[in-house]
Amino acid sequence: MDHRPQAWGRPRDDVYGAYDHSYLQQSGPKTATQSPVVTGTSVVAIKFKEGVVIAADNLASYGSLARFTDVKRLRTFLGTSVVGFGGDVSDMQWLDRHLKELAIDEAYDQEPTAESAEAAAKEGLNAANLYKYLQKLMYKRRNDFDPLWNQILIAGLDEDDKPFLASVDLRGTSFTSPSLATGFGAMLAQPIMRLHAATEEDAAKLTREQAVEVVKECMKVLYYRDARSLDRYSIAVVTKEGIDLKEDEQLEKQSWAFAERIKGYGTQTV
Amino acid sequence: MFRNNYDNDSVTFSPQGRIFQVEYAAEAVKQGSVVVGITSKTHVVLVAVKRNAEELSSYQKKLFPIDEHVGIAIAGLTSDARVLSNFMKQQSLGHRLTYGRSMPVRSLVEMIGSKAQTNTQHYGKRPYGVGLLVAGVDESGPHLFEFQPSGMTEEMVAFAIGARSQMARTYLEKNLDKFASCGREELIAHGLKALKESLVQDKELTVENTSVAVAGAKSKDGGAKAEPFKVYDGQEVNAWIESVADEKEAAAGGESGEGMDVDA
Amino acid sequence: MAMFSQNPTMNGPNYSFSDTPRTKAPEGAREHRFDPYTDNGGSTLAIAGADFTIMAGDTRLTSGYNINSRYHPKVFKIGGTTSDQHDATIALSVVGFAADGEALKERLDAICKMYRYRHGKPMSVKACAQRLSTILYQKRFFPYYAYAILGGLDEEGKGAVYSYDPVGSYEREQCRAGGAAASLIMPFLDNQVNFKNQYIPGSGEGHALQERERKPLSRQEVETLVKDAFDGAVERHIEVGDGLQMMIITKDGIQEVTMPLKKD
Repeated sequence: MDHRPQAWGRPRDDVYGAYDHSYLQQSGPKTATQSPVVTGTSVVAIKFKEGVVIAADNLASYGSLARFTDVKRLRTFLGTSVVGFGGDVSDMQWLDRHLKELAIDEAYDQEPTAESAEAAAKEGLNAANLYKYLQKLMYKRRNDFDPLWNQILIAGLDEDDKPFLASVDLRGTSFTSPSLATGFGAMLAQPIMRLHAATEEDAAKLTREQAVEVVKECMKVLYYRDARSLDRYSIAVVTKEGIDLKEDEQLEKQSWAFAERIKGYGTQTV
Repeated sequence: MFRNNYDNDSVTFSPQGRIFQVEYAAEAVKQGSVVVGITSKTHVVLVAVKRNAEELSSYQKKLFPIDEHVGIAIAGLTSDARVLSNFMKQQSLGHRLTYGRSMPVRSLVEMIGSKAQTNTQHYGKRPYGVGLLVAGVDESGPHLFEFQPSGMTEEMVAFAIGARSQMARTYLEKNLDKFASCGREELIAHGLKALKESLVQDKELTVENTSVAVAGAKSKDGGAKAEPFKVYDGQEVNAWIESVADEKEAAAGGESGEGMDVDA
Repeated sequence: MAMFSQNPTMNGPNYSFSDTPRTKAPEGAREHRFDPYTDNGGSTLAIAGADFTIMAGDTRLTSGYNINSRYHPKVFKIGGTTSDQHDATIALSVVGFAADGEALKERLDAICKMYRYRHGKPMSVKACAQRLSTILYQKRFFPYYAYAILGGLDEEGKGAVYSYDPVGSYEREQCRAGGAAASLIMPFLDNQVNFKNQYIPGSGEGHALQERERKPLSRQEVETLVKDAFDGAVERHIEVGDGLQMMIITKDGIQEVTMPLKKD
């Protein structure tokens, strides 16, 4: 330790070598998030007759390490919409705080005369409004070269109380579809969901039970094939009646029998 | 010239607790020609009499569309109104861009309310010399708000501001119970009748001097689409004027007093 | 102070973090590895007729080999009075990076709406075309990665198509294809709309050969041409397909038609 008064408490340079100040750069170019760190994997969602089903597992990975196994990646907004986050978890948390603030501001703006909670919900931001807002937010951040490293699904109802489902990503690219999935889900779950709801008309024929079943099937396939996934997941059903959110579901009816037929898998020796 | 020593700026209270500059600004509103607004469960209507400074000049506009769902009626300094109008246009356009919906009328009105209030609390600033009726429809239905130079805003069922507007308000108060269930045409008729009450005696509503604006909310079951805010002038208002022209009033009396240069 | 220095490479005391000499970067400079652009595929097409313009685009939205959406329109009505654009007279198509395209559309629409608010009349296509160029060039050093085509009717009622590069170079043309399959569609259009490489049979040899006379196509012919162009593009380009969106601009307004394309 250095005992001279100007540098008391510092490691001595002649013992430890000069301190590398580059770690504490204070001027120089500002570096924004350049890659995600702790990440969530796929979010899947499908529309049905009266609403939308959305699901995401409860895992937050640190690279290939399954770091946090109890992270809720579905967040509700104003009790009328659900937002599902894929990608960077800290950016998700920032967005969640931001949306909570927005929801509070929104509640202050509400008509003081709104008789019921339902009437109040009608006047607040619906899923379509929220989608537009998030798209603007994400696009602004990409314009500032400081992106929020997420792909987001927004599930809820539009102004006519019709099911609404849309996606926004870190570049502000946004789109809607009868079914949507982020990350690996776009490759593994989307084909399954499109079998059941290729068009809006098909989706409008699905019942709630069917839609939930399809989503659960997708979560299972993702758990089988996505190495960054978990068998504990959250699932939400959004309808006119509100949100039914379950945050600690366990994948059911798994079958690992196929594993035995794959050479070099598990405990096989031959 | 000075009424007292406390009216030189809007940051000084009088010993009686009044801010005279703000009160004078409210006087400017009273010199503007009258505008009336009424809401029903489905519609909101604005009607106005326009003034011309002289026979040869055109009539000063009184009703202005802000966005597709909202518009204003003005009484007072037109140029001040334009500043507020531009601001409201900007805000509602911005809201539409970020949220993809019509800006709630209450939020919009509260924004101009606070904007106007700051003018009453900073040295060197001047309150807006204009009062507004803000009419619009949003997700929660039709709305009518009053705005005053002091920054005061208030939601109204029906209201009138401007010269001799007390007469119109008396009419509105008398018929208050009828408005809620009124259809579009009935509401406009009530508006014009209220407007007539405030006219100086030998003046009449004509296609030249009358403006009407309507906006309609979308029906709760989603059947009818929202009717965008639209201003009607000239021949478009002829039928409405004629529909309320039946009861002729006795003609006598003089012109309204020459005030400061407002609305013209 | 330099006498305390223990670090020969640094000419100073070298114990305070904030004292470290650093290479100075310009204020506000940012280091980044983030690529703000993607290509969302898709193709657009516009053809001007004698008294109409047809704008078309497929409705597929891709990223890489994924189909993000099978219905994501690329052609938009611009500058109507309301958000449903029922009275719009101008259409804009955008392909390239979808988020930039959308931002561009909303910018132009907001500008058209402000123009209407300020001037009380809709923007002409010519003015709108010039303004669009300015918008694009304003972002010359961080461009909107979007290939825009603007369509409408000119002052004489003739079909007008303006095409743009991402930084605002533009020209008025008879027809233009944009986006992923532009290189597939454009030669087809050259031949079928501008009759390039079409000669009158037996009219001569070599330079004496006479070109087929150009005449504007009928609406029916153009609609068929558009459908054929896209059917061809769908066969040969993986980023094109799902649906065909067409806007037909005439003096009576804009008619929108969608029809299916192959989804493979």
